Amino acid sequence: MISPVRIKDHWSEQRMFVRRAIAAGVLMMALVIALIVKLVQLQVVRHDYYAELSQGNRVRIEPLPPNRGLILDRDGAVLAENLPAYQLELTAEQTPDVDAALAALAALDLVEADDIDPLKRLIRSRRIFEGVPIRLQLTDEEVARFAVRRHEFSGVDIRTRMTRHYPMGEFGVHALGYVGAISEQDLVRIDEGEYAGTTLIGKVGVESSFEDELHGTPGFRQVLVNALGRPVEGEAALKADLASRPAVSGIDLIVSLDIPAQRAAETALAGLRGAVVAIDPANGDVLAFASTPGFDPNRFARGLTTAEYRALQDNIDRPMFNRALRGTYPPGSTIKPVVALAALDYRAIDPGQARFCRGFFTLPGSRHRYRDWRPEGHGWMNLQEAIAQSCDTYFYYVAQTLGIERLSTFLGKFGFGQPTGIDIDGEKLGLLPSREWKQKAISSPANRVWFPGDTVIIGIGQGYLLATPLQLAHVASIIAGHGQGYEPRLVIALRDSSTGEMKRLPPQPSPPVQVEDAAMWQRIINGMVGVMTPPRGTARGSAAGAPYSIAGKTGTAQVFSVGQTEKYDEKQIEERLRDHALFIAFAPAESPRIAVAVLVENGRSGSGTAAPVARKILDAYLLGATP
Amino acid sequence: MIFGDLQPSTARRTFTASARLLGTLHLDGQLLLALSAIAVLGLAILYSASGQNEALLLRQAMRFGLAMAAMIALAQVSPKYLRLWAPWVYAVGVLLLVIVMFVGVASKGAQRWLDLGFIRFQPSELMKLAVPMMGAWFLNERPLPPDIKMLAVLCVLIIIPVGLIAEQPDLGTALLIAASGVFVVLLAGLRARVIVAVTALIPLLAWLAWRFMHDYQRKRVLTFINPESDPLGAGYHIIQSQIAIGSGGVFGKGWMNGSQAQLEFLPERSTDFIFAVIGEEFGLLGLLLLLALYLFVVARGVFMAIECQDTFARLVAGSVSLTFFVYLFVNAGMVSGLLPVVGVPLPLVSFGGTSMVTLMAGFGILMSLHSHRKLVGS
Repeated sequence: MISPVRIKDHWSEQRMFVRRAIAAGVLMMALVIALIVKLVQLQVVRHDYYAELSQGNRVRIEPLPPNRGLILDRDGAVLAENLPAYQLELTAEQTPDVDAALAALAALDLVEADDIDPLKRLIRSRRIFEGVPIRLQLTDEEVARFAVRRHEFSGVDIRTRMTRHYPMGEFGVHALGYVGAISEQDLVRIDEGEYAGTTLIGKVGVESSFEDELHGTPGFRQVLVNALGRPVEGEAALKADLASRPAVSGIDLIVSLDIPAQRAAETALAGLRGAVVAIDPANGDVLAFASTPGFDPNRFARGLTTAEYRALQDNIDRPMFNRALRGTYPPGSTIKPVVALAALDYRAIDPGQARFCRGFFTLPGSRHRYRDWRPEGHGWMNLQEAIAQSCDTYFYYVAQTLGIERLSTFLGKFGFGQPTGIDIDGEKLGLLPSREWKQKAISSPANRVWFPGDTVIIGIGQGYLLATPLQLAHVASIIAGHGQGYEPRLVIALRDSSTGEMKRLPPQPSPPVQVEDAAMWQRIINGMVGVMTPPRGTARGSAAGAPYSIAGKTGTAQVFSVGQTEKYDEKQIEERLRDHALFIAFAPAESPRIAVAVLVENGRSGSGTAAPVARKILDAYLLGATP
Repeated sequence: MIFGDLQPSTARRTFTASARLLGTLHLDGQLLLALSAIAVLGLAILYSASGQNEALLLRQAMRFGLAMAAMIALAQVSPKYLRLWAPWVYAVGVLLLVIVMFVGVASKGAQRWLDLGFIRFQPSELMKLAVPMMGAWFLNERPLPPDIKMLAVLCVLIIIPVGLIAEQPDLGTALLIAASGVFVVLLAGLRARVIVAVTALIPLLAWLAWRFMHDYQRKRVLTFINPESDPLGAGYHIIQSQIAIGSGGVFGKGWMNGSQAQLEFLPERSTDFIFAVIGEEFGLLGLLLLLALYLFVVARGVFMAIECQDTFARLVAGSVSLTFFVYLFVNAGMVSGLLPVVGVPLPLVSFGGTSMVTLMAGFGILMSLHSHRKLVGS
């Protein structure tokens, strides 16, 4: 096949080029139209969708944690406040490998190795975009140590946050409580949204029971962030439409604690295991509330390491244990004025008629001797003397005469076995025994029966009867008020932290104890005054030189057994088998302003150990004496 | 009255004077105006997209000045010399591409640059002009439309540099150079049935291309089909640029107010993805204005090509104009999600070096070809 000779034809080439150019033009227009359609679809049809996406891209909501309410005493002295502190926080979302980061921080000594596992659990339980505090308070040196290595820790950062500070340290710690890092257990009961940005929460005491008031309401602000999630500044035009809501600070609490009285209580108990509760009988204000040994609540706000926490928990003296609120002890002889009043009210005895004490008591038809604390006996005793000298045989007799039903009912009126109604949580009820109780509580059928001997020893506050120091102080305040007591309260007023507006809380009366004849109160009070008076009052030594009159009652409670969890140590066991020392009192006896209960574990003697403590508190409160 | 007459005549005099100057310099007034308008708008957008980076702006302005100088310089060169040089430029270009394979400077995983000590030079940029010139040179003295043997030669001429560049790897540039070569062939008058046959071969070519693609290139194609499949990886670019364009709406968020760009959500915002910044800050209207300017350049270029008097001039001019369109369309298409992400900058606007100089040099050649016509006879 011969191909035709082809000659270059410029004219036709020109026409061909024009045709091709036109074809190209048409094709380009088609492509441009496709592009424009795509742009219209993006910018017009789906504009709202993309506008929202871009808004979501650039705006992140940042919580503004509220300032926690302050805790003040009635004169405005600050007991708990907020201070800025450096906090080490980890944001899981921004941390590529949380385990490795924690290990590296431990290597830098910024996190304890023991804490890594609990921290991992905590981090897992919080939302991934939230900063989780892994150290609450860093020292300047630690801040510097972290700062030089910061670039190695993506997602870990130092933030300045408000932390709780207790300027008076251990002062009133068992009443005020403390705050600590929000734990997994806390997360179960709180609304996480309300706690966004907050790292501390009340754990016990006022801090915990008034958590709702103290916490406040968090605010938020929308912050402009870049693609890395870092807030950016200085883009004024982009920031114009950002919303924000300020946080509302928590409510300030005014607590009833009287600083001199509280300090006297803590000083007097120093080195002892014990508790003091002092109440204003006119309104239930708790003037002193101490349990020793105590601890520094600032350590919790700072963040305890696992080892530190374990050391506190394992301490044989149990500093974390709130003896005033949760320690239950046999009240011992401090119960005698109440038993006496029961006997008067039920007319079970004649107060003027003397009974002879020969050092022991026997039930009819039994040879078992219930011994008096004074083996040789007290001789002839009437009611007032029996109280003043704490004659056991007299009250064995009284208890037996009254019987358990009447005794139990009457003790119940004074709040035994019931909550006092104090405004902090965790109160133990103690134990008010009765026939019904024993029926239910004792497992062996042979022992379920209420024996007459069970009644007898309740007359001197032993046996099954158990009460907390708080309940005993409440009892003292009821006697001081001639039957009218008030629910103990630590918080007496709420103050709006922004307006300063004060809302006083009204006292809450307890159900009044009514007796047939009001003069009966005076009889037992006279007995209690007798306790503090020579020649034979058991605590007369502790009243010596007091410019006011005191009504008191000593008590000594037998310790049956050592707690099973406590470590065996011969010397300590010996010490811990000693009797507990108790004392209740109020003063001035004729117009009481303060009622107090003192417990000293293994303090041996109410008059020797507990009563002097009470005297110091009374002096501090009534005389303003500083110990 | 005397004064009243003065102004229009002054204006006219100025106009005539500049027209004369443009004529002397072999420049095309309309094209120059449109290109300058794009470049000036581009600088304004770059200022915003770069986060008000003045140093960067200055560098880009200087680059534009250099590109302008290259354009003016090339416009002075007679088409005769351009035609004579074409095979030599092509040969040197291919040689440089081979050299760059062995001694090139790698950057961002691609070996594209030759370090000449004082300047880094991308031989592939040279090929953007050398390939169409070579194709046109080859076809200039031969009868058109080209027969099968000529097509085979042309294919080899195109595939050698395209293959070398795709291997660097620089898919975007390879694509543009292939396009510039193919345009020469198409404009030369390839028969319609050949076009149809080749179009039918596209699926086969696509399969071949897939086999030779690097993993990152395959990933780009896959994410193009479904960007949401990898929102934080390969799909991130497309998703963020679509958010930027879409949220701009019809009127845009205003200059320097595009949150996607200003807050750095949009990656490559001053380079390959600057089109999205325009869409975000100036809206649909801004994009349409920009498209209109680009299309004017293309249309003017094609018109000038038609006016050229010999095959070499027509083919080179036509190819330069159409390649400019491909530049625009591939970039706009990828940023808006119409096409896969291939690294093609937005011509004259994206921040970047040699491509602007090459582009303007191409227009310089175009102006030279157009202005050196013999006005009388042929």
